[in-house]
Amino acid sequence: MSLEVLAVDDSRTMRDMLNLALSSAGFTAHLAEDGVHGLEVLEDIHPDVIITDINMPRMDGFGFIDAVRAEAKWSRIPILVLTTESADELKAKARAAGATGWIVKPFDPAKLVKALQMVAG
Amino acid sequence: MSDPMAEIRASFFIECEELLESLQDGLQLMDDGDTDPETINIVFRAVHSIKGGAGAFGLDDLVRFAHRFETAMDEVRAGRFHPDGEAIRLFFACADILGDLVRAARDDDQVDDAVTGPVLEKLDKLVGLEEEEEEVLDFTPATLSLDFGDGLLDLPDLPDLSALPAAASSVEGLPSLDLPADMPALTAEALAETTTKGFTVHFKPENALYASGNEPLYLFRALRDIGDISVTCHCGDLPNLNQLDPDTGHLSWDVTVHTEESEQSVREVFEFVDGLCVLEIKPLTGTAAMIAPASAPVVEKVVEKAVETAAPEAAPIASPQKPPVSIKMVTAPAPTPKPAPVAKLPVDSDDDTLDEAPKDEKSGSFAPIKATGTPTQPRATVRVDLERIDRLVNLVGELVINQAMLSQSVTEAGLPPNSPVSTGLEEFLQLTRDIQESVMMIRAQPIKSLFQRMGRIVRESSASVGKDVRLYTDGENTEVDKTVIERLADPLTHMIRNAVDHGLESTEKRLERGKSREGHVTLTAQHRSGRIVIEVSDDGAGINRERVKQKAIEKELIPADAQLSDSEIDNLLFLPGFSTAAEISNLSGRGVGMDVVKSSIQALGGRISITSHEGEGTTFSISLPLTLAVLDGMVVRVADETLVVPLNAILETLTLTETDLKALGPETHVVQIRGGFVPLLDLGAELGYRKPQDSYVGGIVLLIGQEDGNRAALAVDAIEDQRQVVIKGLEGSYGRIPGIAAATILGDGQIALILDPTDLVGQASGRTRVRQPQHALVG
Repeated sequence: MSLEVLAVDDSRTMRDMLNLALSSAGFTAHLAEDGVHGLEVLEDIHPDVIITDINMPRMDGFGFIDAVRAEAKWSRIPILVLTTESADELKAKARAAGATGWIVKPFDPAKLVKALQMVAG
Repeated sequence: MSDPMAEIRASFFIECEELLESLQDGLQLMDDGDTDPETINIVFRAVHSIKGGAGAFGLDDLVRFAHRFETAMDEVRAGRFHPDGEAIRLFFACADILGDLVRAARDDDQVDDAVTGPVLEKLDKLVGLEEEEEEVLDFTPATLSLDFGDGLLDLPDLPDLSALPAAASSVEGLPSLDLPADMPALTAEALAETTTKGFTVHFKPENALYASGNEPLYLFRALRDIGDISVTCHCGDLPNLNQLDPDTGHLSWDVTVHTEESEQSVREVFEFVDGLCVLEIKPLTGTAAMIAPASAPVVEKVVEKAVETAAPEAAPIASPQKPPVSIKMVTAPAPTPKPAPVAKLPVDSDDDTLDEAPKDEKSGSFAPIKATGTPTQPRATVRVDLERIDRLVNLVGELVINQAMLSQSVTEAGLPPNSPVSTGLEEFLQLTRDIQESVMMIRAQPIKSLFQRMGRIVRESSASVGKDVRLYTDGENTEVDKTVIERLADPLTHMIRNAVDHGLESTEKRLERGKSREGHVTLTAQHRSGRIVIEVSDDGAGINRERVKQKAIEKELIPADAQLSDSEIDNLLFLPGFSTAAEISNLSGRGVGMDVVKSSIQALGGRISITSHEGEGTTFSISLPLTLAVLDGMVVRVADETLVVPLNAILETLTLTETDLKALGPETHVVQIRGGFVPLLDLGAELGYRKPQDSYVGGIVLLIGQEDGNRAALAVDAIEDQRQVVIKGLEGSYGRIPGIAAATILGDGQIALILDPTDLVGQASGRTRVRQPQHALVG
């Protein structure tokens, strides 16, 4: 099933890689540079799933998730957090912030697709 | 298109350079006393992003180092460590090494552990962290597979659940799911074989699971990727409709998975919901009655009857095995502290809506928003191959020549200046200029990257000579041609090292002289009348002219009785052979002398000059053309030759009268200009076209200004035109010609030499005033 995915990351390299992985899997990728930009993009599209980095300028991943969850029309969009640490603490933090799941960077494209399917079908 | 991963990799290294730049900027701010959390965050993020990207490309050395650096910065960010000056110097060193590692990774090179090791050790000691090699190793990434091919693209389409027979058996009036993944009808025999391996999964979501955006249906689908499954839904806890709290989940499921995979694979499916649900996974094989963990916080009861009615398909699976499959029903749903927003219940009384659930979510408030399908791209920039730009630059050069030729033809045709052709040509000229400037702007970049590299040179060189030195920069955003920036790196490095090593006094001497303990080196860039001027200055002792002169005499560079002005003595530093191995220090002497610096600058069409004040310091000033391709020139005639003089060297033009001229012995004249005297040079004679004239009265001279403030008057026969000319290098074919910078093609197709007035004046005045050595003394 083709999913529409919004990927938010301040690193151009990471955005490029997400874009490549997502489009190679037949998904539609929308990209944003940080939380603020992500929210702007969400005004125009309604993705099936959101992927977001945590450390970003202007609005970080936690702030972004908060904002998404606070908006009724977006509150149920699954959100995967991109994290470089596999530490349980960070996962707990991501979950506490309202994330649906997480992807450990660097990601394996196959695992990314699998994770997306686990939260968005 | 080439390999997309190779492109991303290349782009990663470009991004790294940008990140390294903001890292340096951030550290500089911290060094200046900025404690803004966002500044620290910028530094942290830069290291973090480099690590993230490096991980994706399996650049282990880079990841390892960045990780340790990041950990230290995280301590700062968290306020657990407050860096002092020493700590920030160490961070700078880390940033430098990080840069080395990035470039090493880019060029498939390596950075010696002997470089990284001690710095890391210091870092860990400073921040008070244990060496955490283990965790780093734990992080070691799985290199990103480049194969996005078959496996991913051909994901089997999931069967449409809504197409399942509506007559699927149900429990208590609700349907159960049976999701055979593309498999033939199960026969008892087939099952007997396949059911030897597998698991039963009991799954009871808590409200928080729905609140986090998870969806049981998708988990079951993921399970189906592992093996064949049959799903039974338990709705026993569903209250009457009038008592139903939509924020509370009431359903639980049992899934039988027939698979060769391990229990771990099954658990991985539930990774995101671990802790948000009751989950029990038991092997299906052998004596199926594996006991649930004693701690399992559920009350179970066996509802055998439910099995029979609920999942008749499951019965044949169970029957060959002795114990009947038991379906557990959670009788006491654990209440969750936070009521979650309504979760889409994956099971609905209407079968057709089963697969609709996600679709509804997709369109949100049931108003389907169709996305454009065009990915939203970050800010638009285009990376262009430098060769293409250079080709454009060349073409514009040709355009300029062509335009000049056309103008000439129009003039020769005798068309009046206000004719449509002439006015049209005028506009064409303006457009050509605009195009040319725009093209040049494509090649221009801020000089900042170069200045930041110098920051490192100062840190390293000051450490190696034990001086306390601080670099100040100004005009970092001055845009300079890319090639110029690249080719300035070496000469500038040498000058900076020189300033630290020779320019600045030792700390003791500084203190003795009442100067600040910290020596200052200043690097500035600015646009000044069509050129880029870069200055390197120090607040050191200034040039010891007596010693310089003595040394030059010892090395027989000048005669012992030479009478030199201060400026001439200073310029002795640029003579080849002035520095010798005997005093090449560890630092500034790397087989390069100031003569090499000077010729590198000259090769860029630039000039370098020195000003020095004893006890106050020395300033080296480099003046460079904005572009290497075109210049504004004055076309002059001398002895029937056409020459081009760069316009920016000409201060003014004048016609000589008798009172302007003063003779200073045979063949030597000076021109009196507004109370000052300027040496007169006959261009024709200097270039060897003719003998010096007897009289210059009535002649035309160009007043030439130089970087060091010296002036000279160049006598020419006539001024013909003022125009842009395209520079065509001569050095490739003829080597360096004294006094000549390059050549050009004029509008009539004639080739004309472009003068290097400063060099010419330097050569000439050198010959008249200091007879002996043949070297140019004034830059």
